[in-house]
Amino acid sequence: MAGFWRDYRENWVATLALAVVVLIVAAALAAPLITPQDPYDLANLNLRDARRPPGFVGSGGYVHWLGTDAQGRDLFSAILYGLRISLQMGIAAGAVAFGIGTALGIMAANIGGKIEQGIMRLVDLQLSFPAILLALVLVAVLGQGRVPLIIALVTAQYAYFARTAYGAATAERQKDYIEAARATPLPGRSIVLRHLLPNCLPPLIVVGTVQIANAISLEATLSFLGLGLPPTEPSLGMLIANGFQYMMSGRTWISVYPGIALIVLIVAINIVGDQLRDQFNPRLRR
Amino acid sequence: MNPALLQVRDLRTYFETRAGTIKAVDGISFTLERGEILGLVGESGSGKSVTGFSLIGLLDPPGRIAAGSVMFQGKELVGLPQAEMRKLRGKRIAMIFQDPAATLNPVLTIGQQMAMAVQAHGGGGDSAALALAARSLARVGIPDAAARLHAYPHEFSGGMRQRVAIAIALLHEPELIIADEPTTALDVSIQAQILAEMKTLAQESGTALIWISHDLAIVSSLADRVIVLYLGRIMEFGPVADVLRAPLHPYTRGLLDSLPAMADPGQKLRQIPGSTPSPLNVTPGCPFAPRCSQADDLCRSEPPPVGDQRHGAFCHHPLPGAA
Amino acid sequence: MSKILTAENISRRFSPHVTLGDRIARLFGAKLDRRPVMAVTDVTLAVQRGETLGLVGESGCGKSTLGRMLAGNLEPSEGAIRLNGAPPMQAGRKTTTHIQTVFQDPFASLNPRRRVGETITEGPIAHGLITRSEAAGFAGEWLAKVGLDPAYVSRFPHQFSGGQRQRIAIARALAMRPEVLICDEPVASLDVSIQAQILNLFLDLRQEFGLTTIFISHDLSVVRHVSDRVAVMYLGRIVELEAAAKLYAAPRHPYTQALLDSVPKLSLEGNIGVSFKPISGELPSPLSPPSGCAFHPRCLKATDLCMTERPKLELDDEYGAVACHHK
Repeated sequence: MAGFWRDYRENWVATLALAVVVLIVAAALAAPLITPQDPYDLANLNLRDARRPPGFVGSGGYVHWLGTDAQGRDLFSAILYGLRISLQMGIAAGAVAFGIGTALGIMAANIGGKIEQGIMRLVDLQLSFPAILLALVLVAVLGQGRVPLIIALVTAQYAYFARTAYGAATAERQKDYIEAARATPLPGRSIVLRHLLPNCLPPLIVVGTVQIANAISLEATLSFLGLGLPPTEPSLGMLIANGFQYMMSGRTWISVYPGIALIVLIVAINIVGDQLRDQFNPRLRR
Repeated sequence: MNPALLQVRDLRTYFETRAGTIKAVDGISFTLERGEILGLVGESGSGKSVTGFSLIGLLDPPGRIAAGSVMFQGKELVGLPQAEMRKLRGKRIAMIFQDPAATLNPVLTIGQQMAMAVQAHGGGGDSAALALAARSLARVGIPDAAARLHAYPHEFSGGMRQRVAIAIALLHEPELIIADEPTTALDVSIQAQILAEMKTLAQESGTALIWISHDLAIVSSLADRVIVLYLGRIMEFGPVADVLRAPLHPYTRGLLDSLPAMADPGQKLRQIPGSTPSPLNVTPGCPFAPRCSQADDLCRSEPPPVGDQRHGAFCHHPLPGAA
Repeated sequence: MSKILTAENISRRFSPHVTLGDRIARLFGAKLDRRPVMAVTDVTLAVQRGETLGLVGESGCGKSTLGRMLAGNLEPSEGAIRLNGAPPMQAGRKTTTHIQTVFQDPFASLNPRRRVGETITEGPIAHGLITRSEAAGFAGEWLAKVGLDPAYVSRFPHQFSGGQRQRIAIARALAMRPEVLICDEPVASLDVSIQAQILNLFLDLRQEFGLTTIFISHDLSVVRHVSDRVAVMYLGRIVELEAAAKLYAAPRHPYTQALLDSVPKLSLEGNIGVSFKPISGELPSPLSPPSGCAFHPRCLKATDLCMTERPKLELDDEYGAVACHHK
């Protein structure tokens, strides 16, 4: 583990990206402590402060460093609270998709036959058309809210985990240590949980990292289109959407700052994922 | 007197890794005459393959030749520009690898690949190149050679593929062939065929051969002289019969005693204790000292000397040898 | 002597997986070779209690497949295997702990993410041979028995050399207290000096635990060293079965003879040097084995009879057998 971290630190870009991710997550978690305003408490909002540029001192008596939005929310606060929601949705959806996808993939590899064919053809089918389309349809059918949103994200993403888990499990199952476990014989459950699964994890962790970023961007897209969470709890996507109409009138900050936050987060997570992939790939190891 | 075909002096190949410098080859010297077959024997980590790659300039980074000289027909190969090395390689020095599948391109026919190898060194037109290729295939015992030129590598068995690799090595009638464990991946019956053919080919063509192997028996069946390597250093060298009959170095003795063929069935083998240590922390003296039953303080501190003889060992306390 | 493990007319067929892609390709006229391969054909064998039976042959001869079937790790397509009267595998699941296997590649056969102590103890715990609280001491004892420091129990496989890993694999197999141990090329991937150590360890443990062993190897000298009796396989069948000393001294099947001749042998007495005689020809494809005796295209003694009729493996005494028309 110490060696792993030493290798990781050799890539300063990835180290910086990891620092950014940690910083953003920490800031999002600590949002109520470090923001001047609770943007979800409508009583705090003053329409006289709406659409003010960065640096404006509002009726609250503090500086709006990133300006305010159309409802008079402090954008810095709104972004941190928005990040909270984005991260919550991304991580929750990623985790559920990880669990379901991995279980399906390993089951397919392990059982084989008709079940394998059934699961993997469904996965292939789903991977062959855009995730966003599927998510749009599901949200339209299920309605708005956190649970429908997570269901939509999971449905759009579990297939990536299933494919990865299936590939890894199929490769690992060929190896002698699995045959050795069967030859002992160990119970099937412990072969899967203690032998197969731990050795399939590295590629799944990489996919998981990248899929959290994808879930965040998918959630932002849905919110931008107005299909995400209710407008009282704006996530980053909705902040961007809300500011979009003011872009032409020169009040670019309402969209741009949440957009920058989103891009930085997604790029940073992807760089971390790339570095993990390189380190888990034995062929690239020195 | 003519200079020797190949004269290697104090060759040192080091690999710089994060954990430190690995001295894969640490001061190896030998000479090879025309038409001679030299066996390089050693266990994994002995530096036998790295020696082969160093001679032919095919080291991958972070490997580098840190010191020493490789004189091939009076020409220094260490530090030779890549372009000049490429001219030599394949034409005057050829190499055969353990895995023939890795050296043959799966999407080209054998004929195309051999013609390319001929023309890489200016071998004339297509038909002339193919004719040469067919002759070369026939020499290594591939039946119906002209027709087989149109076959792809996957249509050959493992043993046949290795023959093709040997045929490619023979194309330009090189003065030296370096063979790195070429029969390890093959079955005994196929291995025996290839060994027999290599022996004849070397005798007929006068090509010198460096045969790298972990198997003392195979090397002995082929080579005139043998060098036993351990952790990048020479332990013992000499004519095959002398080394086998009267090994001077305790390591060579141990290797021979480890062979099941050398003991009565069912009896315990006289094993060498311990295992090859990490190449990162080799003792200053004899590298074999930690596993040697005869080792004393001298062995652990001073590298052993060697005389200038036909059969010798780098050992402070050589075994009595032949009377 | 009593039989402990028997195989009656067992065969193993591997049917290639015909994928959807293959079917489509065939629809468009592609000629895909998807015939089943017979890895082992009609083998009958009785392993005596306490003996070490060597299985030799070249790659693709079916020795590993036969070993896996005898170990209860693979079901025969036809025929029956019995360990003390009961099949070691039923409905795709191994049903006995009395046969254990040591695999060829100690780098692949140990789970890289499990501590070696867990690797050794999980079988015995799962089958109630020991309790969880006894596990730590048990693992240490077994490491000591195979010549490793008991303090290594909490290390991972990558911290060991190849020879040390093979010792761990042997400890894992023997910790199940098997009656029969199947060794599938256990020293093939090891250096000569390490190979000698493992063979010595094997000889010691075999005696200590009174094991019946099946020792599979392509290396004739290794098999000779450890075996009481040797079965020589060619293209999925046993062609000769004989007491080791007798087989090596006077092989009766031409293939055994040729195989022995083709190994470069060191001889230090008399005429120093190495002698070997290659077998002519190539191994035939197991997809289309030759008619009659499978060895006839490479055999010097072959006659018309050999081309048409397959010689039976006839037991000429209780111990040895040879399948040849011209023995």
